[in-house]
Amino acid sequence: MIAEFFTISLTAILIENYIFVKFLGICPFLGVSKRTDTALGMGLAVVFTMTLSSAITWLLYNYVLLPLNIAYLKTIAFILVIAALVQFIELFLKKTVPALYKALGIYLPLITTNCAVLGSALLIIQKDYGFFPGLVFGFSSAVGFMLALILFSFVRQRIEDTDILPAFRGLPITLIAAALLSMAFMGFQGLKLPF
Amino acid sequence: MSDGKRQRLDKLLGGILQKGKRTIEKLGKNVNKSTLRPQKTEKPPRPRKEAKPGRGKKTEKARRTQKPEKPVRAKKPEKAVRAKKPKRPGRGGQGLLAVARDGLIYQNPTLVQLLGMCPTLAISTSLKNGVGMGLAATAVLLGSNIMISLLRKFIPQKVRIAAYIVIIAGFVTVIDMLMGAYLPELSKSLGVYIPLIVVNCIILARAEAFASSNNVLRSAFDGLFMGLGFTVALIALSSVREILGSGSIFGIDIATGVFPPALMIVLPPGGFLVLGFLIALMQKLLGKREGN
Repeated sequence: MIAEFFTISLTAILIENYIFVKFLGICPFLGVSKRTDTALGMGLAVVFTMTLSSAITWLLYNYVLLPLNIAYLKTIAFILVIAALVQFIELFLKKTVPALYKALGIYLPLITTNCAVLGSALLIIQKDYGFFPGLVFGFSSAVGFMLALILFSFVRQRIEDTDILPAFRGLPITLIAAALLSMAFMGFQGLKLPF
Repeated sequence: MSDGKRQRLDKLLGGILQKGKRTIEKLGKNVNKSTLRPQKTEKPPRPRKEAKPGRGKKTEKARRTQKPEKPVRAKKPEKAVRAKKPKRPGRGGQGLLAVARDGLIYQNPTLVQLLGMCPTLAISTSLKNGVGMGLAATAVLLGSNIMISLLRKFIPQKVRIAAYIVIIAGFVTVIDMLMGAYLPELSKSLGVYIPLIVVNCIILARAEAFASSNNVLRSAFDGLFMGLGFTVALIALSSVREILGSGSIFGIDIATGVFPPALMIVLPPGGFLVLGFLIALMQKLLGKREGN
């Protein structure tokens, strides 16, 4: 059990990293990785939302959509759940933990259109995970996302200070730097995990 | 009033119009930098023009009759003309053409607006996938733009984003099921990225920036050409990746004995790398300089 969770978790964080290997959540990745503090804020918001949404969408799929024979509506159902969840988390944090709300505030609404969240909900269904493995998968994927964001924010701060060919300024050089970091993550592909 | 006077006035007016047109064109080029703003600035004159086509003529008539009578106040209406008029005749005849050109090149969703990066990077490993994804997204974009444009007067302002997402998700489900039934192989290789068209920023951005304030025909056109722009970008990216990475095109081997394919290009790092170079090329061609 523990070993299985460990494998799922390590696979999600390193071997199938959402940003560098699976290309999920690239928009927020390019958007907020300019500074480390914003990267951390976005990362935490995603960890929070993705863990919760993984659990809720799994329950919804297995206990509502499947019994009613409307599994084909899962995309619509999931995106609605995620949108509602994000709103709910926003309200909840505002009332109970204002400090956290202040820190995450602006990133929360952006998460609705973060394909990583919907992607992990769909992947959990596709991979036929149980409830707890699914939860671990969602959480670890989000941690991998945060890791990528924070790592890349360090790289980007260096890029800001360098002199670059005009045509490459802005996004192109950022993407090329991401390619280099992605190559580093390719190294984990060789990891042989026991399960 | 004498004919000479009228001619001179018309000449003056024409000159001002020309100037205004040029400045607006210049403005348009500068505004290119930001992604959504150009549509927003262009938005207001369009629906007005279509809603009341007679208005422009009327004011022109009124102006003509007014000006000669009160030459002292002639300056005032001219100013108003400079602010409003150039946009109208400029967009009138070639409005749809401009929409198409924007979608394909100047506002290309992937290469200029930099939207929808996830599917772009993920599925551009082979030309077949690229074309499939591009056309699927185009179909969704066309459908959602038409639908949202039709419903734009009924959707309450406050819940519009949620409404758009539901409409888009509906179309995506349709496309997903159609592809699963008729193109099972392609559907399998695109995998989770088909349902993820729902959260593709291009579609929501077009709904919000264009379809919500334009008539059905224009919205359909915009959806079609934005989708084709996305497809073109995907074709460019995926053909480069397939040729360099697996030495083939559309699955037909072309590299044996010519050059050894570099596997890295079809792996994830290659996606970032090739897209980076493509966008750099686009910036160079469009003369766009994005500062830090």
